[in-house]
Amino acid sequence: MKRRDSLKAISISSLGLAVGPAEAAVPEPAPKPPIKIPGGRLKEEAERDARLNAEKFFTPHELQTVTVLSDIIIPADTRSGSASQAGVPAFIEFMMKDQPRSQTPMRGGLRWIDNVCTKRYGKPFAQCTKAQQIELVDQIAFPSKVAPDMTQGAAFFSQLRNLVMTGFYTSKMGIEDLGYMGNVPNQWNGVPDDVLKQYGLSYEPSKAEEARK
Amino acid sequence: MDQFNITKAPTVYDAVIVGSGAGGGMAAYILTKAGAKVLMLEAGGYYDPADPKYITQLKWPYESPRRGASTPLRSGGDFDAAWGGWDIEGEPYSSKAGTEFHWFRSRMLGGRTNHWGRISLRFGPDDFRRKSLTGVGDDWPIGYEDLKPFYDKTDRLIGVFGTNLPDFPNEPDGYFLPPPKPRLHELMLQKAGKSIGVPVVPSRLSILTQPINKERGQCFYCHQCNRGCQAYADFSSSSVLVIPAVKTGNLTLQNHAMVREVLTDQRTGLATGVSYVDTVTLQEVSVRAKTVILGASTCESARLLLNSKSPRFPNGLANSSGVIGKYLNDSTGAGRSAFIPALMDRKRYNEDGVGGMHVFTPWWLDNKKLDFPRGYHIEYGGGMGMPGYGFGGGVENLNGQIPGRDGKMKPGGGYGASLKDDMRRFYGAYVGMSGRGEPVPLESNYCEIDPNGVDKYGIPTLRFHYKWSDYEVKQAKHMQDTFEEIIHAMGGIPLGRKPGPEQNYGLAAPGRIIHEVGTVRMGNDPSKSALNKFQQAHDVKNLFVVDAAPFVSQGDKNVTWTILASSMRTSEYLIDQVKQKNI
Repeated sequence: MKRRDSLKAISISSLGLAVGPAEAAVPEPAPKPPIKIPGGRLKEEAERDARLNAEKFFTPHELQTVTVLSDIIIPADTRSGSASQAGVPAFIEFMMKDQPRSQTPMRGGLRWIDNVCTKRYGKPFAQCTKAQQIELVDQIAFPSKVAPDMTQGAAFFSQLRNLVMTGFYTSKMGIEDLGYMGNVPNQWNGVPDDVLKQYGLSYEPSKAEEARK
Repeated sequence: MDQFNITKAPTVYDAVIVGSGAGGGMAAYILTKAGAKVLMLEAGGYYDPADPKYITQLKWPYESPRRGASTPLRSGGDFDAAWGGWDIEGEPYSSKAGTEFHWFRSRMLGGRTNHWGRISLRFGPDDFRRKSLTGVGDDWPIGYEDLKPFYDKTDRLIGVFGTNLPDFPNEPDGYFLPPPKPRLHELMLQKAGKSIGVPVVPSRLSILTQPINKERGQCFYCHQCNRGCQAYADFSSSSVLVIPAVKTGNLTLQNHAMVREVLTDQRTGLATGVSYVDTVTLQEVSVRAKTVILGASTCESARLLLNSKSPRFPNGLANSSGVIGKYLNDSTGAGRSAFIPALMDRKRYNEDGVGGMHVFTPWWLDNKKLDFPRGYHIEYGGGMGMPGYGFGGGVENLNGQIPGRDGKMKPGGGYGASLKDDMRRFYGAYVGMSGRGEPVPLESNYCEIDPNGVDKYGIPTLRFHYKWSDYEVKQAKHMQDTFEEIIHAMGGIPLGRKPGPEQNYGLAAPGRIIHEVGTVRMGNDPSKSALNKFQQAHDVKNLFVVDAAPFVSQGDKNVTWTILASSMRTSEYLIDQVKQKNI
């Protein structure tokens, strides 16, 4: 008896099921559609990103709350736009899927805020007035002076603020706001003279250079 | 792939090299240039830092949906050149209860040379004779004079910037390209160091501040060596050694070849080749060679030898001493960062510089006057760098310590216009420092074959047993005290709490610094070492190890430059032995 036939016999006789050859017991998965691999990515990375992008984490209400909070943390001013204008909520949505350990503190934190607001103001956070929103944020935005019954809110706010800061300052808008001038091919010739002067520093000739003189 | 066939390649190579990192790459370069027919087996895929398929250099953080955060597929973050990292799917490792070891692996052409900081420090005379000098540890079977010619040749072949340091006899002279001028915070570090007697001198990195040949370009100061350089202006094994070796026509590069064991002739006791599994087709292949050279990495080479058991070599190959796996040692590491108020509201300009520090602190003290026997060097970071994942994190722990523009203190954290203003004021006003020190290698720190573990190819895996001793803990305490002294001398505010004894003074867990050496040590006594002073197995004369596994100790220096010099020395020795018909 061939191996395949004996497997077939075992499966039929011992389980009493009329299945085909052993191979058929685990059907072949549907072939994956070909994926475009961007430069600098491994195939596995491109596949993982595509999978994450196809998932959805925030509900529309959660996303609205995240957006309002993000713009409270980074509002627009004369130099640059707001967190939401820099695409921060979408970044946070992605990070929730990329690092699932963040999901419960985020979802639970949003729920905590809505619960407090509903008790106080009769409405979830996003539907409160601007003054009410700021009144609540003022109580959770400063960990060192938070009231004992608001500490979970402060922990949540710090988590969100970290994400908003990274999201904003790694965006094109945020990088321009900071004034980062690198990431271009150049020739480093040292600290500009006016800056050296400002700090009272100079490039002393090294001992080797002095010896050569 | 139902059949479990073993394919036998027809060719008998002059040498088969396992691994394409610094050690394997150098051996391939030297041997193929000398005309040998060489097969290189690399467990991971092909990589060329100049091929747009792989380039992450000069990308902006927003070109990554996670802004460069790390992933299970790339521990160093989305833009890091090194694939893999701390955990590789299907290739587990374990630690014995109560001990810890972290193992970073890069399955790709060039191995971990794609990840390293390009810090290229030759060992000094004292680094080879620590036992004679201090009574603890062991001496090497060679001295600085044995390796010096090969360090010199490595300097000129690969390129390294730096300066001679006549005040530091244990930091030998080399053939240096001009070092880049210090950045602003580095000038401040130099000034602060001077005031407290901590020297801060030009660093030594293998980055081309001047062109050295037609194949490789010059550094264009993007600060991104860890992403791989499309101009080949830094040292990566792929661009500098393996790709040129392929161009000789003498190197056959086989990627996706996970070596299972070294094959031996039971009659002669000589190595005859290796067997590997093709990780794509899962085909089992055996290849034949006159010489077998392992450069698979400290732990991987030990694993391979321990797994190469046969009736003639029941303890694993080249292991009649029983020493293989033992004396595993990683650099110590501890760090601290600080905020420098004097750097607030800085004028903006591009100070990316090279991919790492322009200045560093070599070991400057005498251990005879200290309560620990080995030294450390200090690496520095800081400046107006490109924001990445994590930027602005933990601001609540900082901005409460800095007076606002109105001179008034405010509680840490916050939001809105004042937070945005803080970020503009604080940008570029941080420095970080990391100590990297020499541990005392111990027989009780080792890797061994896990009796219960196999990887997805059925190859038995490693189990680690590693604990720091008091020596390293005391050294870390000294690092922390020094960091605070430097920070205060700069007028800085140390960030976070100073780690105390309950945290081993911030001493990084074993393996975390990714400088592990020592598992296939060399020595003159075959009962206490696996390799002779040419990194040739005492028991098997046509078997060599060219990664950091042979190293008796690691100095207070990052070991890559010593891997390169030693591999070059071993390769030239092998050529000579073949000419003399000894092998």
